[in-house]
Amino acid sequence: MRAAMIQALRRFFIHHGYLEVETPNRVATLAPEPHIDAVVSEGCYLHTSPELLMKRLLAAGYEKIFQITRCYRKAERGRLHLPEFTLLEWYDAGKDYRHLMDECEDLFLAVARDLGRGDSLSCDGVDISLKKPWERLSVAEAFRRYGGVSLEKALDLGRFDEIMVERIEPALGPQPLFLCDYPISRGALARRKAFDQTMVERFELYIGGLELANAFSELVDQEEQRDRFEQDSAERARQGKDPYPPQERFLEALAFMPEAAGIALGIDRMAMLFADKKSIDDVVAFTPEEL
Amino acid sequence: MYSASDLRKNLKIQIDGEPYVITDFQFVKPGKGQALYRCRLKNMITGSQFDRSFRSVDSFEAADLQEKKMQYLYKSEGKYTFMDSDTYEQVELTEDQVGDAVNFLVDNIDVEILFYGDRPLGVTAPNFVDLVVTQADPWVKGDTAAGNSKPVTVETGYSLQVPPFVEQGERIRIDTRTGQYVTRVK
Repeated sequence: MRAAMIQALRRFFIHHGYLEVETPNRVATLAPEPHIDAVVSEGCYLHTSPELLMKRLLAAGYEKIFQITRCYRKAERGRLHLPEFTLLEWYDAGKDYRHLMDECEDLFLAVARDLGRGDSLSCDGVDISLKKPWERLSVAEAFRRYGGVSLEKALDLGRFDEIMVERIEPALGPQPLFLCDYPISRGALARRKAFDQTMVERFELYIGGLELANAFSELVDQEEQRDRFEQDSAERARQGKDPYPPQERFLEALAFMPEAAGIALGIDRMAMLFADKKSIDDVVAFTPEEL
Repeated sequence: MYSASDLRKNLKIQIDGEPYVITDFQFVKPGKGQALYRCRLKNMITGSQFDRSFRSVDSFEAADLQEKKMQYLYKSEGKYTFMDSDTYEQVELTEDQVGDAVNFLVDNIDVEILFYGDRPLGVTAPNFVDLVVTQADPWVKGDTAAGNSKPVTVETGYSLQVPPFVEQGERIRIDTRTGQYVTRVK
């Protein structure tokens, strides 16, 4: 099932004119994500996502690229987390995150049909309809509806993540949903919204209650990116985490990078959805505990 | 000291001077957000349970627990008495504290008593115990209709399923962790 799903994904991207690329798993530096930690590998890092190098390929003139690769994140282990997992990441130059929402709808429908599922999936006894369009809900509205406090208040209290996992995510239901427009502190590599400079063009895709994909309209302003990295690096330092080396080559490349949309989708969780499994352990050949 | 990433089911930690065991554990993390370690905690003294979420910056002391080998002596007025055979020191545990181990307590058996400081909290029976079958229906050889197992009762009053050839008066070995029959012993 997993293999058939991955083959269907490849067919979709090849059919839509994307070039499959490979970037090194051992990298010199990474985006200074405050809450994602890398494993060190003999003076390098195992990448936590292929984002910076794939953007350098965009800057070099590759306009539509995708990659299926293993990623590594320290100390992430749970029902939905493995410290080594498979990510599908793709970029499309000249597009924005709205285009990616449409493309996600098409992608899941294409894979479902390819696997003989038609336009719906069954997940934990509930029918999930993949028919377009899927619901689009802003993060601010989600806090108003389900959070019990406003988005601004939650940010002030430092409780954004806690309210997101404890109250909002469980209330989103099983049907496909795009949670969109995050506060700027929650999207260091995303472009600001034109009419609200405190928010960025980012969405997360949820199906069957699973957070499956994260997407941005990419930030291509070199100086703004440098500032945002500095803020995130300061946050990492505040938490006592080791700094990553400067991201100079990436920042230099940004000057040549076109406007683009980019997205990362968790293949293991997508396999959980299609196989109707409750634990990520059920869709991999070996868990870390079985090695 | 434990950090949040050490948290897992059955880990024993100390909060506000009391020992807790984690009875249920979930790692949750929103996209690009902070990890939360959602725990159900059971107070090892009072047995009360509650849910609490921890963050990756939280740290915990290990619960100050020790196991000591002691001998089971007798039961009297709902209390179970155990003795340290080196020091002759005795402790009493309640039925709740003894828990499922009661099924495997025969006189003079050596068990592990769990202590928090001076306070006894629970009993762990040896992984395997040999007990005498005190009640079993006779087996008629060739009676295939009876199925692959039958119920018997052992000297402690514990009942379990065993293969049909086990007879009254025989000794059987039981895995105390699962409560299941292992083999006959001579």
